[in-house]
Amino acid sequence: MPISWFLALRFFREGRLQSVLIVVGVSVGVAVMVFLSALIDGLQTSLVAQTLGTQAHVVVRPPDEVARPMLASSEAVAIAARVERTAQRSRSIVGWQQVVEGLSAIASVTAVSPTVTGPAVAIRGNATRAVVLYGVDPERFAGIYPIRQRMVAGRFEPTGTGCVIGRELALDLGVGEGDRLRLGSVEGASEVYTVAGVFDLGNREVNRRWVVITMRGAQTLLDLVGGVSSVDLRVRDIYSADAVATDITARTGLIADSWMKTNAQLLVALRSQSSSSQMIQFFVILAVAMGIASVLVVSVVQKGKEIGILRAMGVGRSSVLWVFLIQGAMVGLIGSVIGTAFGTGLGVLFAGMVRNADGSPTFPVTVSLALVARSAAIAFFTGVFAAALPARSAARLDPAVAIRNG
Amino acid sequence: MAEPVLLLEGVFKSYGNGVVTEVLKGVDLRVERGEFAALIGPSGSGKSTLLNILGLLDRPTRGRLTIAGEDTTHLDDAGLTRLRGRTIGFVFQFHHLLPGLSAEENVMMPMIAATGRTSKEMVPRARRLLERVGLGEKAGSRPNALSGGQQQRVAIARALALDPPLVLADEPTGNLDTKTADQIFEVMREFNRELGVAFLIVTHDPRLATRCDRTIDLVDGRIVSDQRRAGT
Ligand SMILES: Nc1ncnc2c1ncn2[C@@H]1O[C@H](COP(=O)(O)OP(=O)(O)OP(=O)(O)O)[C@@H](O)[C@H]1O
Ligand SMILES: [Mg+2]
Repeated sequence: MPISWFLALRFFREGRLQSVLIVVGVSVGVAVMVFLSALIDGLQTSLVAQTLGTQAHVVVRPPDEVARPMLASSEAVAIAARVERTAQRSRSIVGWQQVVEGLSAIASVTAVSPTVTGPAVAIRGNATRAVVLYGVDPERFAGIYPIRQRMVAGRFEPTGTGCVIGRELALDLGVGEGDRLRLGSVEGASEVYTVAGVFDLGNREVNRRWVVITMRGAQTLLDLVGGVSSVDLRVRDIYSADAVATDITARTGLIADSWMKTNAQLLVALRSQSSSSQMIQFFVILAVAMGIASVLVVSVVQKGKEIGILRAMGVGRSSVLWVFLIQGAMVGLIGSVIGTAFGTGLGVLFAGMVRNADGSPTFPVTVSLALVARSAAIAFFTGVFAAALPARSAARLDPAVAIRNG
Repeated sequence: MAEPVLLLEGVFKSYGNGVVTEVLKGVDLRVERGEFAALIGPSGSGKSTLLNILGLLDRPTRGRLTIAGEDTTHLDDAGLTRLRGRTIGFVFQFHHLLPGLSAEENVMMPMIAATGRTSKEMVPRARRLLERVGLGEKAGSRPNALSGGQQQRVAIARALALDPPLVLADEPTGNLDTKTADQIFEVMREFNRELGVAFLIVTHDPRLATRCDRTIDLVDGRIVSDQRRAGT
């Protein structure tokens, strides 16, 4: 064993209470760090997942035809808006098959779903509800939304006369699997559909509004034969959605909106949450570093005489330096092992304790390997860094003075 | 004459930069291999200061120190540390063992320092030395489980770990009772006779000083007398 390791281990063992206390201190710091990060990561991941459960990462639409900047008065805007709306309803993405092909070819895009969408009403007996029609290719649609996993009745199989609706709509209309309802559009077309399945995407508004049918069905009802109104995309890294959208607009001239743009406020909230958590972590690290440094400073003072003796025995300055650096690193490492275990345990316990009505944890806690590795690395380097100053002063001790004053 | 183990020429030492205290005022000293010498003198005369300089723990303000033929004037800290570890053993008044290490590990310390790492081969030598000072049984004991005399024996074994040509002892029996002091003195005497290790022992005990082969008297930073006893 190298001399510095030998001495570091012996000193560590000798200062039993001190060693235990500082390791506990570091452990608590690391545990707070791990727990806080895990909690906030989990919270954010689940928030984002919830948001993206009913939103495509990127939605591609045909470009606006009206040049809005030219309109000045509010009246003009109102008129323009109305004109625009009617114009857009019947507008399709020109050459959408090629567009879909082109979008599928983008490396970061993992799923593409052309959609025919527009307003409609759903009628059953006396009950009438305003809905949004989604004419889709079921395979492609299921690639964007986790709908197959979220069916509460029947299956996700929109057919020529089969539709899939949300739980709230089914309740409102009093229909279930196998029941019939009539779908009518603003254009005046209408058709009777059988409910093939009922989904629950975890969002009331979506469950109340969405009616999923085949593309062909929607094209007929919405008077958009052969066309699609938008293309939904899923991308590999959700936080690259903005970049992907910008890229698509630049390449195709179509409008591409990312979820990040539509949920700008959520993202701002998440970001400020992250930065406040980072600030807390920074201060925790600072406190841990101060703790380690102060214990080692005291230890260097206490061991002044011993360091002098060691030097008299022919132990070099650099060995003395390393003795204390190693001690700092050991404290950091042991503390990080105990701390991550403790923090993880705390997280799991916490997640298990508070649950939503549906049994899912209120505070989802995600402890990733990356988080553990990061915390361990931070604790390790904090330990070494905190030990640097005391170690230097130990190495610089004048042996003659140290022995005399001992 | 053979090369001396220690040669001190015109050494001065002063402390402080404002009010300068001159502690050593021109010391010349030559210690041969195998000598057994006492360094005596009143308190504050500079004995410990001199020993620290001889032990390369401190540097003289002026003058030249040669240890085992090597001029130390131009050695850097690492060079001094290496030379010190190889050629000089220390015994201090308050034993100065490392409390966190066992007796055996304390004895091994100079060997560990010299090679930079621990090694199993060091254990038998440490054991033999402890047996030589009559502490074979106590190899695993911590210093605070040993009596003052036993601790000082461990310190002597440690000083001899690397078989140095010279051992410097600063009041090694200073806080021991007369009987124990005699025993410790005898242990050193035996090592001197059997291994030819030179000893320079600071002592306030005139009884012990007269049992050394040579008595060096330091007063106010100067050697005022240096006598070899006849018949040794
Ligand atoms: N680091 C220092 N700074 C200032 N003065 C010092 C220092 N070290 C020693 N001295 C002074 O040098 C003088 C000699 O001290 P030293 O310890 O060498 O005496 P000594 O002969 O060993 O005395 P004792 O027999 O009491 O141990 C004393 O006056 C002391 O105050
Ligand atoms: Mg003294």
